[in-house]
Amino acid sequence: MLEVLDVSKIFPGVRALDRVSFRLAAGEVHALVGENGAGKSTLIKVLTGVYQPDEGELRYQGEKAQFGTPMDAQHAGISTIYQEVNLIPQMSVAHNLFLGREPRNRFGLLDEKRMHHEAREILAGYGVTADVKRQLGTLALGAQQMVALARAVMIDAKVVIMDEPTSSLEPREVETLFGIIRDLHRRGIGIIYVSHRLDELYQICDAVTILRDGRVVHTGKLAELERIKLVSLMLGREMSGSFSAFKESDPEVSDAPPVLRARGLTSRRKLHDISFEVRPGEVVGLGGLLGAGRSETIKAIGGAYPLDSGDVQVDGVDLKKPTTVRAVKAGIAVQPEDRKAEGIIAGLSVRENIALAVLPQLSRFGLVSDAKIDAIVEKYMTRLRIKASGPGQLVGDLSGGNQQKVLLARLLATGPRVLLLDEPTRGIDVGAKAEVQSLIDELAAEGLGVVLVSSDAEELIEGADRVVVLRDGVVVGTLTGAEVTTEDLMATIAAGGNQ
Amino acid sequence: MTMTLPVATPEDTRRTDRTDRIVEIVQRQGALAVLVVVVLISFATFPNFRSFDNTATILVAAAPPMLIALGMTFVILTGGIDLSVGSLYVLGGVLAAWASQFGFVTAFAVPLLVCGAIGVANGLLIAYTRMAPFIVTLAALLGARGLMRAISSEGSATFLVQSDAFRRLGNGSFLDIGYQVWLVAGLVVLGIVLLARTRFGHAVYAVGGSEDAAALMGIAVRRTKIWVYVMSGLLAGLAGAINAAKLGSGVTVLGTGMELDAIAAVVIGGTLLTGGAGTIAGTIAGVLLLGVIQNLINQVGNVNSNWQQVISGTFLALVVVAQTYLVKLRRVS
Repeated sequence: MLEVLDVSKIFPGVRALDRVSFRLAAGEVHALVGENGAGKSTLIKVLTGVYQPDEGELRYQGEKAQFGTPMDAQHAGISTIYQEVNLIPQMSVAHNLFLGREPRNRFGLLDEKRMHHEAREILAGYGVTADVKRQLGTLALGAQQMVALARAVMIDAKVVIMDEPTSSLEPREVETLFGIIRDLHRRGIGIIYVSHRLDELYQICDAVTILRDGRVVHTGKLAELERIKLVSLMLGREMSGSFSAFKESDPEVSDAPPVLRARGLTSRRKLHDISFEVRPGEVVGLGGLLGAGRSETIKAIGGAYPLDSGDVQVDGVDLKKPTTVRAVKAGIAVQPEDRKAEGIIAGLSVRENIALAVLPQLSRFGLVSDAKIDAIVEKYMTRLRIKASGPGQLVGDLSGGNQQKVLLARLLATGPRVLLLDEPTRGIDVGAKAEVQSLIDELAAEGLGVVLVSSDAEELIEGADRVVVLRDGVVVGTLTGAEVTTEDLMATIAAGGNQ
Repeated sequence: MTMTLPVATPEDTRRTDRTDRIVEIVQRQGALAVLVVVVLISFATFPNFRSFDNTATILVAAAPPMLIALGMTFVILTGGIDLSVGSLYVLGGVLAAWASQFGFVTAFAVPLLVCGAIGVANGLLIAYTRMAPFIVTLAALLGARGLMRAISSEGSATFLVQSDAFRRLGNGSFLDIGYQVWLVAGLVVLGIVLLARTRFGHAVYAVGGSEDAAALMGIAVRRTKIWVYVMSGLLAGLAGAINAAKLGSGVTVLGTGMELDAIAAVVIGGTLLTGGAGTIAGTIAGVLLLGVIQNLINQVGNVNSNWQQVISGTFLALVVVAQTYLVKLRRVS
């Protein structure tokens, strides 16, 4: 029904899709999986007319197809519901449902009555009972997602693409969604289902296509593919050329009292009762697939993600409800996942970036001491081996690895007790990666507690003394000891929670 | 569809429904409520305010600002801003006065053509280059003002209105209310229908609500944006022409700050500066409120008229604070 033939999409410096082919049959629920940056989003955007393929072609209902705009794709019967609800929160539910194809009366004016009446009828089938005149934004996220789905199906869709449709749904809403998917399936509508929740995939999908680094690494019947195989194909353990600079861990750390203790971290839908401890000198890895709650856990500890319950202790002192200010004061330093957006300030110099977080400590009567800044900057530039033409160089001009080090320097300058690192080696070259890894080792050896999140299974296994595995916001296992292998990690991710 | 599972329990829905409705009413009708209160107090306090003539005077004075604010409502609803309208208003007046020598029709056609063209340019630049509306229309503000000064020899040449028919439009009346008030009322009604009951109107809300979502939902975002700036330009030009008809000449020193008054009226009327929510009814209340305050200050007589701006400014600040609070209240956590 919908075919992708040898499609490539090239962005400056990246081949986001590399001769990708796959086939969606009518009435099929086809899972599309892959880790961050594997090319799923790009592929979806090509299918829905947001991007044009640079090479290859799309075939739709047996004919070559070209979608210049999202509207073209929609008119052809391909509709999409995105991960973030892509509706207009300020408009009413009914207006959202009909936006762009509102029923009109004989004067060409919109027929509000009919719109409201039809909206009520349609939405009842999706379990949404709220007043259709209400502003969409006032509905719960799950209900909004259902409205988006109703809208997507309404337009005589022949193909429906769902990008992580369940990420904001409650369990019973997921049941409703699956009921609707089965119904679509019976009506012969093809569905592309993107999700990281393995249970869901095996529950609802017929076929699967796995993307990695912009390439299709597997496509076929889902029932014939074991979970463990699926996970290892996604993570791509066989990746050549990856090596790790982590040293063997020191076994003697485990007796000291924990420097960080997280207990029962719970946040609506995303985290469920997550507990773990980090001792001084220990590197604790957080493992799991994308969306398992790793980044959320780190952010929650750093006070940047709201918690419904649970507490965080540093050196035995309770943070009460963590806020970013309290966390920093207590000695928690967070290196965010997205270096560019949440970390470095590219337009400022190395010096300014490093000194940013310690300005309060370095100033008297509101005036900053230049000499003290210079001393600190000098110290960390040497210590972390930051390669820059000098403290005055703009951080934006440094390589990814050196940017990462500048960020680390900023965190270290505050004298933290615990270092939370989210994907510290993403997007930096192999040499710099090794350097960052050995730095993490050194810092731990000096008595810092480190929490490491990494999508690179090998980095996690090699770098961490202990790996806490998360799945769908739940701790599903802990791997300890030097003999832990990446296979063990994958087995835990795949099987966890089902044992 | 075969199965249904309730997504929101009835109790949740009822509670948020009520808060929502109250917030919505305050947001939509707040300006109107204040207007009514101010008018009632004025009725009680100032005998002169009560006269029919005074009401007619307020309406005539409010006619040009109302047109500008009408266009501005559409622009702000898309999340944009149009700073050029004050300049276009003056330019429209000068052009209308000059063109009136060729007759009634040209007196309208010339300002509409020129100001509409500038609106097209604004819209194209904003829609296609994705430059900030603030900058694009600031450039148009300067350009249009320069153009006006150029054709009026540095503002020293005054064009007198030559067409009697055109003059009558500015001074004649129907049922003792000036023609221009009827014209503006008609356009406002058209505007309300356009915004509330057409696909274009809903597209305006959608673009302001979330541009990316609107595009993904198949709304012609660029076309919608271009149209609102064209409308804004046309209405500003028309407002200038109407004013020229009333004054009998194209006065070159007016219009400074008109764009800011229009923005103030729209915001006071409950339209969010971020776009996506607001009504023309609110804008009418906003314009009239500013007009009534001005009128009251004149009634009091010995008060410096600059106090009008102090009062309007204070009021605007209050409205914006209240809106920020209301929007927060409305958002489901």
